[in-house]
Amino acid sequence: MSNLKIGTQVAIVGYGAYIPIYRIKLDEIAKVWGDDPKSIKRGLGVEEISVKGPDEDQVTIAVEAARNALKRAPEVDPKDIGAIYVGAESKPYAVKPTASIVAVAIGASFALRAADYEFACKAGTEAIISCIAQVRAGMIKYGLAIGADCSQSWPDDILEYTAASGGSAFIIGRKSSNTVAYFEGQYSVTSDTPDFWRRDTVKYPRHMGRFTGEPAYFKHIVAAAKGLMEELGLRPSDFDYFAPHQPNGKFPLRVAKMLGFKPEQVKPALIAPWVGNFYSGSSITGLCKVLDQAKPGQRILLVSFGSGAGSDAFSLIVQDAIEEKRHLAPTVEELINRRKAYVDYGLYCKFWGKILM
Amino acid sequence: MRDVAVIGVGMTKFGELWDKQLRDLFVEAAIQAIDDANVDLKDIQALFIGNMSAGLWVEQEHVGPLLADYLGVKGIHTYRTESACASSGVAFRLAFMSVALGLYDIVLVGGAEKMTDVTAPESTHHLACAADREWEAFNGATFPSLFALIARRHMYQYGTTREQLAKVAVKNHKNALYNPKAQFRREITIEDVLESPIVADPLRLLDCSPISDGAATVIICKAEIARKFSDTPVYVIGSGMATDTIALHDRPDITVLYATVKAAKEAYKMARVEPKDIDVAEVHDCFTIAEILAYEDLGFCKKGEGGKLIDEEETEIGGRIPVNPSGGLKAKGHPVGATGVAQIVEIVTQLRGEAGKRQVSNAEIGLTHNIGGTGSSCVVHIFSRSKR
Repeated sequence: MSNLKIGTQVAIVGYGAYIPIYRIKLDEIAKVWGDDPKSIKRGLGVEEISVKGPDEDQVTIAVEAARNALKRAPEVDPKDIGAIYVGAESKPYAVKPTASIVAVAIGASFALRAADYEFACKAGTEAIISCIAQVRAGMIKYGLAIGADCSQSWPDDILEYTAASGGSAFIIGRKSSNTVAYFEGQYSVTSDTPDFWRRDTVKYPRHMGRFTGEPAYFKHIVAAAKGLMEELGLRPSDFDYFAPHQPNGKFPLRVAKMLGFKPEQVKPALIAPWVGNFYSGSSITGLCKVLDQAKPGQRILLVSFGSGAGSDAFSLIVQDAIEEKRHLAPTVEELINRRKAYVDYGLYCKFWGKILM
Repeated sequence: MRDVAVIGVGMTKFGELWDKQLRDLFVEAAIQAIDDANVDLKDIQALFIGNMSAGLWVEQEHVGPLLADYLGVKGIHTYRTESACASSGVAFRLAFMSVALGLYDIVLVGGAEKMTDVTAPESTHHLACAADREWEAFNGATFPSLFALIARRHMYQYGTTREQLAKVAVKNHKNALYNPKAQFRREITIEDVLESPIVADPLRLLDCSPISDGAATVIICKAEIARKFSDTPVYVIGSGMATDTIALHDRPDITVLYATVKAAKEAYKMARVEPKDIDVAEVHDCFTIAEILAYEDLGFCKKGEGGKLIDEEETEIGGRIPVNPSGGLKAKGHPVGATGVAQIVEIVTQLRGEAGKRQVSNAEIGLTHNIGGTGSSCVVHIFSRSKR
């Protein structure tokens, strides 16, 4: 049994997202592979995806997101961060943590607990859970949890139309008048479901097509969301926002409907139609987008999904400090709509590292 | 030869049944048929099982003993047949022969396939193993492309239109609305078909039957004891079977499925009926063009007039010769090894008058038509509410 009524003790002190400026349109990818762009875009509900720049990788994205989170937590001295956990499935190093690089980049202390997490697209929320637990246990004052990816996909695979680069970071600490939202409860589910994986030494992941839907994404998100709501005695109508994992633009709306949420509750969280799927950074960047617009007192349901498979569900209540903190760093909307640079498939391959020489 | 009757039917829902394995599917369908027939497990003397390729799809061979084991009928005789998508049609014919010839009195015959444990490209590969590997599959031909060639030629030779092909899918989806076991229970329009993605020109996604999991079973017995088990036994009055060249290009006219023509001729002769006597038919619409070919090759209309038959709505429920009231392979689903027996389940249900909202009224005589590959094998059976 994995559930927790967190009470009112642990909260988000600061949050930040990062999305590279580069974009590729799905029409451009479809042109290369001879697919019908109309039916691809209609099927996925995605127009374009973000692409990491030639000087970016999963580490730089994690650092950028962490710096934006710190901007929204000016009262936090990085030396007071006691733990850094980074969730990812596209680390530049197979062995050597991203977390330790982030630590140095943001000026964290040498006396620090740090590690990287992997659980496909839900490693970022697993990092959050570790920070919540350590703050609640009094082991640390602040924890930094990050989910960031330069999402991987085989050339000419349907995944290539959604796999994008980006991520988000959260500074977790004791609830106070400075915190922006507190955790009300958490619930997780895990099963051995082989819907998507990447074997050791293989550059790109494999997936089982339609099997990634019903028995994987939908089953786990629905179970985690229902489990949490049952635990807290809440119904979909008690939430103002629902931020599920976003593998494409269609699944979040479908899973919302299955659970009894209205489209208006999930649409504010949507990022996939304009930037794609950030894997470990997906659901939590949706959460950042919700925090950018939520009012104090509103309730948010965050549910990640990681293939393999599992889901982490969280209930959060927005606090007063959100109003003064949200403008201290770029909002997700600003990151999506800021000056964009479109690349063709050739540049996309070069930037992403798909050209092997 | 002794007369043979169907006394029980069973079928799983067809579809993407992620939480059910091959054995679960078969046992579920078999228990339904056993309950329906009111027979004891110990009364069943043999299992005949059609399965195209459990070896490729779920890496499981030795399917007969496996399914007998999980059904709990240790020691029983089992026979597994393979004839691509006609695997369980062939199983039924063998079972029918064994009872007709007096080797057994009561047997269970079924078909099962588990296709969704692999990716769609892998399934396409496994299906293509039923084509001519040397001359077709190695050169890139898969079944959608082979049936696309047939469709294109039929359009050229007989003026069959794209809309007429679409009407087959529209009709079958409409019928499946009333079949609780069908994979796709939603209506589609001609426009939906014409706007769906191209698979192999001129065939589009909604011209193609889906990849499915499922199982179907029936229990048959010698006719003289049938009334002990069922108030509505359905009699097997005709059985025909034939083969054709494995490769499409070796045929003098690819718009005729010779195996269908020959198998139907055998079955009609045995049943002493003509095409005009058939009240309801389940035909092998793996692609919409295949249903048009079936109309013609089974003699429901003249060669080249299949398109006209669908235009005139003669194959709708309520038409002159209703075809695929179950939804057909297109909408009911096509777990390849299960399809032949699933067609028989539907015809028996129709002849019993138990098909609910998709019931064809006053159905006395029904026909099933099950092909393998591009028609390299074909099995036709004719059923009746009364003995010959």
